[in-house]
Amino acid sequence: MFKNNRSSSPLEGEVRIPSGCAVSAIIDRSGKTMTGEKIIRSIATMHDRSNGLGGGFAGYGIYPDYKDYYAFHLFYNDFQSRKETEDFLNKHFEIVYSSEMKTRKTKGIGNVPIIYRYFLFPLSKKLNNSLMDEEQYVVKCVNRINAEIDGAFVFSSGKNMGIFKGVGFPEDIGKFYLLDEEYKGYAWTAHGRYPTNTPGWWGGAHPFGLLDYSVVHNGEISSYDANRRYIEMFGYKCTLQTDTEVITYIIDYLIRVKKLTLQEIAKVISASFWSTIEEKSDREKREETFLRKAFPSLLINGPFSIVFGFNGGIMALNDRLKLRSMVCAEKGDKAYISSEECGIRVIEPELDRIFSPAGGQPVIYKLKEAE
Amino acid sequence: MVIVLNESIDFRALNKRIRGTDEHKITLNGCIGQRYIGTGVSDKQIEINGTPGNALGAYLNGGEIVVHGNAQDATGDTMNNGEIVIHGNAGDATGYAMRGGKIYIRGNTGYRAGIHMKAYMDFKPVIVIGGRAGSFLGEYQAGGIIVVLGQNDDGLPIINNFCGTGMHGGKIYLRCNALPHKIPEQVCAKKIRGCDDKELSEIVKDYCKCFFGMNYNELLDADFFVLTPNSENPYKRMYTDN
Amino acid sequence: MDMYIPAEYEVVRNAENCTVCRSCERQCANGVHTFDKDLGKMTADGTKCVNCHRCVCLCPTHAIKIVKSDDTYRLNANWSMQTMNEVYRQANSGGVLLSSMGNPNDYPKYFDKILINASQVTNPSIDPLREPMETTVYLGKKDAEIKRDGNGNLIDTLAPQLKLNMPIMFSAMSYGSISYNAHASLARAAEELGVFYNTGEGGLHKDFYKYGKNTIVQVASGRFGVHADYLEAAAAIEIKMGQGAKPGIGGHLPGIKISDDVSKTRMIPKGVDAISPAPHHDIYSIEDLRQLIYTLKEATDYRKPIIVKIAAVHNVAAIASGIARSGADIIAIDGFRGGTGAAPTRIRDNVGIPIELALARVDERLRQEGIRDSVSVVAAGSIRSSADVVKAIALGADACYIGTATLLALGCHLCRSCHTGKCNWGIATQLPDLVKRLDPDNGYQRLVNLVTAWNHEIKEMMGGMGLNSIEALRGNRLMLRGVGLNETELKVLGLLHAGEDM
Repeated sequence: MFKNNRSSSPLEGEVRIPSGCAVSAIIDRSGKTMTGEKIIRSIATMHDRSNGLGGGFAGYGIYPDYKDYYAFHLFYNDFQSRKETEDFLNKHFEIVYSSEMKTRKTKGIGNVPIIYRYFLFPLSKKLNNSLMDEEQYVVKCVNRINAEIDGAFVFSSGKNMGIFKGVGFPEDIGKFYLLDEEYKGYAWTAHGRYPTNTPGWWGGAHPFGLLDYSVVHNGEISSYDANRRYIEMFGYKCTLQTDTEVITYIIDYLIRVKKLTLQEIAKVISASFWSTIEEKSDREKREETFLRKAFPSLLINGPFSIVFGFNGGIMALNDRLKLRSMVCAEKGDKAYISSEECGIRVIEPELDRIFSPAGGQPVIYKLKEAE
Repeated sequence: MVIVLNESIDFRALNKRIRGTDEHKITLNGCIGQRYIGTGVSDKQIEINGTPGNALGAYLNGGEIVVHGNAQDATGDTMNNGEIVIHGNAGDATGYAMRGGKIYIRGNTGYRAGIHMKAYMDFKPVIVIGGRAGSFLGEYQAGGIIVVLGQNDDGLPIINNFCGTGMHGGKIYLRCNALPHKIPEQVCAKKIRGCDDKELSEIVKDYCKCFFGMNYNELLDADFFVLTPNSENPYKRMYTDN
Repeated sequence: MDMYIPAEYEVVRNAENCTVCRSCERQCANGVHTFDKDLGKMTADGTKCVNCHRCVCLCPTHAIKIVKSDDTYRLNANWSMQTMNEVYRQANSGGVLLSSMGNPNDYPKYFDKILINASQVTNPSIDPLREPMETTVYLGKKDAEIKRDGNGNLIDTLAPQLKLNMPIMFSAMSYGSISYNAHASLARAAEELGVFYNTGEGGLHKDFYKYGKNTIVQVASGRFGVHADYLEAAAAIEIKMGQGAKPGIGGHLPGIKISDDVSKTRMIPKGVDAISPAPHHDIYSIEDLRQLIYTLKEATDYRKPIIVKIAAVHNVAAIASGIARSGADIIAIDGFRGGTGAAPTRIRDNVGIPIELALARVDERLRQEGIRDSVSVVAAGSIRSSADVVKAIALGADACYIGTATLLALGCHLCRSCHTGKCNWGIATQLPDLVKRLDPDNGYQRLVNLVTAWNHEIKEMMGGMGLNSIEALRGNRLMLRGVGLNETELKVLGLLHAGEDM
């Protein structure tokens, strides 16, 4: 695991570090793109929900010129780790473009690692020899870099999307990466972190990403180890010991392996109480009873509110008791999700509709073309 | 005094100004998420245009707060006296442990409204919700009155699940013909005609004064369910001395 | 009483000494002693006896003793008599087992496996009777910015501080769980000692507002008696997130204990249950705690330190770190042996971790993260003597809360029956006839005696170590050595083993 020698206190992956947070998201369902300026303002309004120990963003549709290539974002501790990683990448991928990430000097952002970006695709011979499908192959390579190369960490690996994160308040992180100028996406998610531990490691900030999936989350789940030990049966490895990591793996497993819809996934991870299921229609009762019985170890218990990002949309979901706050709103083609209403009003004062989803009720916004 | 706010004005500076002024009437324009407005205030009239942040009017001890817009979470936490009027929706945990005063909401409220609400001597807190309420309405309610009028137009039921869990005092009035969900064992429900209940009538009358277009007679000429705790001591038999 | 359960204690009366004065009968609220007219002598029903020793202490001729009955079930190393009786009780009633005071079971007591250092030859010990010896402590954030006025003089930029003449405070015990006279004793003693007592979550009685400058008021999930004057009256405000005796569990004062006076203090109607469940229903995450802390700071204009009290649980270090970053001025950590007026037995006896381990980890974690200065740490949960205080401070605490020890000073004999509300010592009861048995004039003096004596002993131990200021003891772990501890225990405590030198 990636280690930071500067700090003597434990990092993600060495201990479990619970944290609270703020989340925010925007999507333009028409597919029109926007810079990161709005999402930065939105998350900045909820400044008091973060404590300056982590902030991050995921942007979708931001790399149209390279949309068929995996975009890897990497943190390096030093030149040595970069060299080792690039040797590894050259052995396994065709790199079509690489550069140091463009950043601007920002007050409040320090201890910056070396940040690089690569657009690449798997070497076909290597891929064929691996007997894996392409996505598995990419995930495996990412995991190997993160686990085996000291001082290197891949924090974004999807196509036509990117995660930008670091230690600091989210609004400063956004400016640091020039999200307000350099990138235009049809959807953005954001996270302000409030961890119960030290600053130190950029990789520990959120969103957490797995290929083009990203998760931002507010809360601390009590079922963590029950969920982790279950999902690890299927080849996942929870190296960061964070909630977002395990939630991402759970969603990935249910979508990719089990082929459940997002609506159904909500019924698994945020299942209704049996007494509530009992009051539902026969069809719903049958479906929800089946899902709860089939995936009891994937019920996520304790407070959470997540925004799940994927190519083509975003989904908001709360725990079944709604222990965390979350507001959704719509205005024309645009849709918004935020921990607090002020995070939406600040960028869109007049809305067509604003509502608080009930606990366990997923809110899914997709691009019109994707529907 | 009029204070114009924007996203860059911090709650601490704002609340200091509110506490520091001798002026009775304060108007906040462009409010966007500033927290703790009116906390512990006892004699001011605060009018808010925009979206006030969490913990609006916590420990409020008198005076009046009016919101033209929606309020966020934890409005009126442990409020003792005074009045909060919201011309929109209110978020989760509205009126947590309030002991006195009133909160009038034109629209809906989130989860856990009126949780731990109490009453004491002359203090009798009242929450009136024009629309609907989320789950756990009146959880652990120990006193006071919650009224839900069900004037929401989203087609959703007047309350969500688990209404009155752990309730051991006070009353909840729900304006509906049938209860949409089961209620816990410790709570009993009685159907009444709104206009026949004097206490309810007075509350609704007072509420209607605050909102244009709310018709008092129309609201009361309807069936209500009154929820009250089932026995004086619902948990008495839960424990065994060891 | 359950027919399956034999009497746990036997009342033995020396017939020769007994004068049939019937004092025992008057003293026992449990109705153990009765006068048999026909026989002309006292009889006793041992099944009702809780072994509080009230009758023993008050018998003018010392005619009574209470002995543990040697009547047993068939001996079984797995099913103890206590365990079997608990099954009988629950089979009889269907109820959750309820107990009082701290966990009595045989878990390791780490304080008893830690030894204190003393100077010999290489540096001098100090005689505290003749030389200055300081035990004054200030609690609060120390991470002040250095600022100067126009003349270059330093400006006091510190957040509000609590000044303690000695590093000992009285733990939270609510009016309701303990009596008016017990509260009066604690409040007066705190004032005289220059320390603080804590209202617990039951509000502040109007008679005790005058002790405000020595009062910490509590805000718990039920928010009983919390209003503007209450917050204003106090020297500091404590947010109760948890209690060592019952982590994850809240309070429940049955309506029967809500007397007129308790009702006024809690500001709830008489006879209605006072329920304060474990969670604050507006704190489901660390940033919500920040919100409650700042609500209280705003309500008191940033003039009072905010304490956050938590139970010592498995990941206490991470939790404490989060609290330190949430604006709290002081963190109080309550170990799993901490007392209670009533807690479900299973929770009290099985949940949480020892204060020694929790304290050691919290202090270490805060230092690793460089934020030890932004918060003071108070240790609680069975601090039984001045030696425990010294060890806790050397492990890293700024001060200690004591609870059970104060009740013992007031006469409690640890019969662990507080939850029945019939405390014969007038402490954990609201029954007027029992309450008046505790004389606050005497009670407060005994508390002052106890803490003064402890303070002397703390000074003696400090003097032995060659320290003359309590600040120099805080976190000074080399002054401690473990004895009979395994490697993991030593690692968690951050101590060397006895015999190991530096």
